[in-house]
Amino acid sequence: MFSTDKSSFNKKDVSDCDYKISLAGNPNVGKSTIFNELTGLRQHTGNWTGKTVEFARGCCKIKDARFCITDLPGCYSLLSFSGEEVVTRECLIQNQNDCVVIVVDCGVIERNLSFALQVLSVTKNAVLCLNLCDEAEKNGIKIDCDELSLNLGTPVVKTCATGKKGLDELKKAIYNVCSGKTKCFRVERNFEGVDILSEKNYKQNIEKISQIGNKISSDCVKYEKSELNACTRKLDKILTSKTTGIPIMLAMLGILFWITVVGANYPSEWLSNLFGFIKEKLYILFDFLHAPDVVTGLLIDGVYTTLSWVVSVMLPPMAIFFPLFSLVEDSGYLPRIAFNLDRYFSKCGAHGKQSLAMAMGLGCNACGVTGCRIIESPKERLIAILTNNFMPCNGRFPTIIALLLMFFAGTAFTLSSSLEVAALLIGIIVFCIFITLVISKVLSVTILKGEQSGFVLELPPYRKPQILKTIVRSLLDRTLFVLGRAVAVAAPAGAIIWILANVHISDISLLKYCTDFLDPFGRFIGVDGVIIMAFILGFPANETVIPIIIMSYMASGTLVDYSSYDQLFQLLSMNGWTITTAVCTIILCILHYPCSTTCLTIKKETGSLKWTLVSMALPTAMGIVLCMITAGVMRLF
Amino acid sequence: MKEKCSLDKLPLGVTGIVYRVNCNENIKNRIFDFGIMENSSVIPLFTSPFGDPSAYLVKNAVVALRNNDCKDIIVTPE
Repeated sequence: MFSTDKSSFNKKDVSDCDYKISLAGNPNVGKSTIFNELTGLRQHTGNWTGKTVEFARGCCKIKDARFCITDLPGCYSLLSFSGEEVVTRECLIQNQNDCVVIVVDCGVIERNLSFALQVLSVTKNAVLCLNLCDEAEKNGIKIDCDELSLNLGTPVVKTCATGKKGLDELKKAIYNVCSGKTKCFRVERNFEGVDILSEKNYKQNIEKISQIGNKISSDCVKYEKSELNACTRKLDKILTSKTTGIPIMLAMLGILFWITVVGANYPSEWLSNLFGFIKEKLYILFDFLHAPDVVTGLLIDGVYTTLSWVVSVMLPPMAIFFPLFSLVEDSGYLPRIAFNLDRYFSKCGAHGKQSLAMAMGLGCNACGVTGCRIIESPKERLIAILTNNFMPCNGRFPTIIALLLMFFAGTAFTLSSSLEVAALLIGIIVFCIFITLVISKVLSVTILKGEQSGFVLELPPYRKPQILKTIVRSLLDRTLFVLGRAVAVAAPAGAIIWILANVHISDISLLKYCTDFLDPFGRFIGVDGVIIMAFILGFPANETVIPIIIMSYMASGTLVDYSSYDQLFQLLSMNGWTITTAVCTIILCILHYPCSTTCLTIKKETGSLKWTLVSMALPTAMGIVLCMITAGVMRLF
Repeated sequence: MKEKCSLDKLPLGVTGIVYRVNCNENIKNRIFDFGIMENSSVIPLFTSPFGDPSAYLVKNAVVALRNNDCKDIIVTPE
């Protein structure tokens, strides 16, 4: 969902290209990184299986020829007749590629060779790209490229895409294969007794190919060290151990939140001061232009004010959390989370990989829903899709952080209050995981009954993230994209609120009619009409909820200029907010229908209106019930 | 030659040579894809905090499998 570049690639470009090439390989061997380096695009990468689940296309120019490059989702086998692998296989067979670049992780070359052989059985023209060769060298793995090339009948190129090493050679090899300078040949003895198009012979096929892979690898690869990835082994001992595994996971989450809370506070204040300053100047400008009051009101009090709130409240936490999260993603820690928590998911009839989708949901639920594709079994995938929205996304996080800061940690910003907020956030995430598990269980024994599928997950070695590059990229791509969407929604929302607040029918504004209408229901579940209204108007983007609330309160008379949490707290208190209101708003924020983008994604992924409606109704109903109970209990005290 | 046992019973750090894979169809092929097939070697590396799944070293890659699935993989300890 974050990828902005895919759309820019249209059909015209394809027909313009001289050659078609595809990137294929096992998951997490660095195909997307190679793709990005070749095309100059910015496909998202991460150190875990299943980061790329969609096809990405791009173009590049090598010498005088234009190449159209397709980045295929990683898969473990072409022999299988299930799921995504069929798609990849069909694509390789039917796409009539001029050259297939088979990307291989040198560290696990033996298994990867088996995949390479499968690809070579359906296509002749290929380049074998030995990626991550620097890592393999550190591990004492020596690969004889010439020998390998003879055994496979294709050119072999060593690369380490993160350091750009070997990319020129790769480009040259691709060019030579496509233009016919290098002739690939089919090594018949590799495929004797293999019939890739027959499902029945699966076991025979894979054993045969695997044997040949073993043979080639023992001929061409030398291991100089007995233990590989010693560092990863040591880290895994700590990060997945019985005693320290879970505490470290929570602590890491806590540190992430704490940095976000602390780091976001000051920029938030600077931004709102800046916007306040610009607002005054805008008033002067509009005055100078003799703009009618309606225009000034609509544009400045409505659109501009809402926009500035969205940016100043939402931008700083997003700009800090997104890059930090990307770093964790690149390090290879996410699969360990899935590994650590799988037992509970398994007990609830769900799949351990669901926690990967949940972790993505923490960034953006639409991405999380798309990410559910890594789960092979349809039943468990559906469970993961329906429950993804229980993870509060980046658009909802700032709302929760702001409310926690104001109502639970005291508005004075100190070390202890920031630690308190971080601790509360961990509590909220644990609560979200709990809800997800409960609902998964309920779904798996009721409407989604069925046999549990198997769980096989690869744990890649830990890798040092490219800190600077990751931060810059995730800031520019993810943060600005999400913010852009929020701003696009906030502008019309601001205008609507202003109009509603300023159009009067018999001395009562339309806004008041609306909120009064919703108020009894709102009060019943511990909030008020304005908050309900904000959630309804916030459907296109959750980021706008708090700004709409502020706008509505200010429009209804109590005019306060908002520039800090302190003043926001006063504004909310003046409008009758209590601890109960804050708690219920946080609950509603976590448990309500997904935003419109996520709903569309769910529709696309499930292909069913029914499940989309279920995914909307389920959290909303839960949120309302939970708020009712909370409000009822709080009233007792 | 030692007694054969199922993969989930193999002690950590001990190499096992796969004798047979009896898993049910929806996971069998995937297990083959990872290189767990007759005569290949598997080493249990570590277990997750709640005892299940466990991580195994197969063809230089670390792969996590649930105990329930490992019950059907019979190995000969070395």
